[in-house]
Amino acid sequence: MKMFEYMGKEIFSKFGLKVPKGRMVNTPEDAALIAKDIGGAVVIKSQVLSGKRGKAGGIKFADNPEQAKAAAQEIFEMTVQGHTVEILLVEEKLKIDKEFYLAITIDLAAKRPVIIASIKGGMDIEEVAEDYIIKEQIDVELGMQSFIASDIVRRMGVTLNSPLGKELVRTIGALYRIFVEIDAELVEINPLVISGDKVIAADSKITIDDAALYRQRELPRVEERTVVEKTAHDLGLSFVELDGDIGVMANGAGITMGTLDTITYYGGKPANFLDAGGGTGEEGTVKALELILSRNPKAIVINIFGGITRCDDVARALASVKRNIGIPVPVVVRLVGTNQEAGRAILREVGIEAYDFMQDAIKKVVELSK
Amino acid sequence: MAIIIDETTNVLVQGISGKQGLFHTKQMLSYGSKVIAGTSPGKGGTTIEGIPVYDSVRAVIEKHRIDASVVFVPASMAKDAALEALEAGVKVVVIVTEHIPVHDEMAIVAYAKRVNSIVIGPNTFGIVSSGKCKIGIPPNQFFIPGPVGVVARSGTLTYEIVGNLTAQNIGQSTVVGMGGDRVVGLTFVDVLKKFEQDMETKVVVLIGEIGGFAEEEASQYIKEMTKPVVAYIAGKSAPQGKQMGHAGAIIERGKGTYEGKVKALTEAGVKIVELPFEVPRIIKELLLKL
Repeated sequence: MKMFEYMGKEIFSKFGLKVPKGRMVNTPEDAALIAKDIGGAVVIKSQVLSGKRGKAGGIKFADNPEQAKAAAQEIFEMTVQGHTVEILLVEEKLKIDKEFYLAITIDLAAKRPVIIASIKGGMDIEEVAEDYIIKEQIDVELGMQSFIASDIVRRMGVTLNSPLGKELVRTIGALYRIFVEIDAELVEINPLVISGDKVIAADSKITIDDAALYRQRELPRVEERTVVEKTAHDLGLSFVELDGDIGVMANGAGITMGTLDTITYYGGKPANFLDAGGGTGEEGTVKALELILSRNPKAIVINIFGGITRCDDVARALASVKRNIGIPVPVVVRLVGTNQEAGRAILREVGIEAYDFMQDAIKKVVELSK
Repeated sequence: MAIIIDETTNVLVQGISGKQGLFHTKQMLSYGSKVIAGTSPGKGGTTIEGIPVYDSVRAVIEKHRIDASVVFVPASMAKDAALEALEAGVKVVVIVTEHIPVHDEMAIVAYAKRVNSIVIGPNTFGIVSSGKCKIGIPPNQFFIPGPVGVVARSGTLTYEIVGNLTAQNIGQSTVVGMGGDRVVGLTFVDVLKKFEQDMETKVVVLIGEIGGFAEEEASQYIKEMTKPVVAYIAGKSAPQGKQMGHAGAIIERGKGTYEGKVKALTEAGVKIVELPFEVPRIIKELLLKL
């Protein structure tokens, strides 16, 4: 789950990191009020879940409340990287000496957190030469220690016993604590503004591990999926809308991708990716079928190789949808694995003969979609 | 021979009284796996399917030699369960549970490394040394003994390919599921090294998918292997930037693409098959040449 900048800054603040003075607003009038409170020049930032807001015009400066109101009005009326803007963050304009970069994410190859730091932060961090990027993997059993943060600061070329050096060591420690405490996959500060001896998080980018949300009850929730994708997620299904006309349901991400690959190979076009997951029971299967039908496919293929999923559960669900709701398009079923015979018997009662092999079922459904 | 587990492996089921734990304990027993104990806090002293149940892993190892455990507990308790088994000295821990927080996964993997134990998963179907021992959740009837080693990221796709092999009467030495999550214990390279050493394994099937770097890493080691490797990579037709189910299966910033993986593997001498059901034909050809 991605978080808005203002949410991230609230978290930063709670953990003792310095952030610019400011507040989130929903109207141009409030933007003017906050600008007045802050006094002096302000920056008005669109709150959308994508980077490159500055380049897209989603960040504007203002010298007084009237300008702030006009700038806010302008941003509310635009779309930033395809997102409509509903929230703005109005903040004091910082005096910037330098812009650094600091982030913590997971190094998947090393299976450890990695700290990424650079003295060349700002808009084009992707373009910064490797020489200026410091990477430090963290041993999770050792955790973040002061000597590690100090060494990162040393490698950044900042004098350790200077006020700035000390402040950077503290910042790295705090950011690691945040990374762990909120189950983050990514915490990023870009730019990390150096203003005199002060170190200020001028932006925040945070992604939380969805699997850990159950124990992060205090974090605000942000929804970025489409309504249909959210419905699927809440049912424990993984659903992605595609452009074709063959409805697809399979169990397991790998076999679902394999099904799409095979459909494409035989000249068909999948309408969706739907991984019903392992252990999907009857109810989940019914909902999965409803989702597929909502895409108005010309034909549907159901490809089940039951391990933890039981073929009879899937068959019962399919039979019940066919009897009670009706399926307006041809359905081709491939059903093998756990409780296969029971499942096939149930399907036979509603006139569906299941295939043994995936390629045969897919050839058939592609033919039916033409 | 086989790798990691065989007919002598004593298996512990953690979370034996839950719905999945119970169902798959029965399945494992019927496959012939030596499931000799289970844990379920508060149910110590009872038996399930004739198997003694204990309150904790420490209580189990006071009475039994355990070679491998399988974790069926819910995600919120899985880290504790895995660490409990590792701390008690279990050398192979198979974590079937899905949706475990990635920070927990990093902690499990780090501790396993320190105590020099193998973690398979999380979010894995498990491991089968065909005809000898199954630990995990694959359907029994598709696994028969033979010369093909299989290592995969995805469960059902593995059943698909192993099922096709078995339908052609081509058996498997060991089938290993690494797990679909981004951070998992065993890697392709770990498993390939074991297959290279294993006398029973003659050829290896690698089942990968788009996203991550696991296949690229594997290709580096495959260059040193003497045994032939056949690979299928799922997700050729997947659109960029869309997450396809597995947390692992997402393409970002041009990394982990189908083309990149196929290129790396092909350069390492791997035979790539375009569709899952082409695997048996290619394997047959390779076995005839040996």
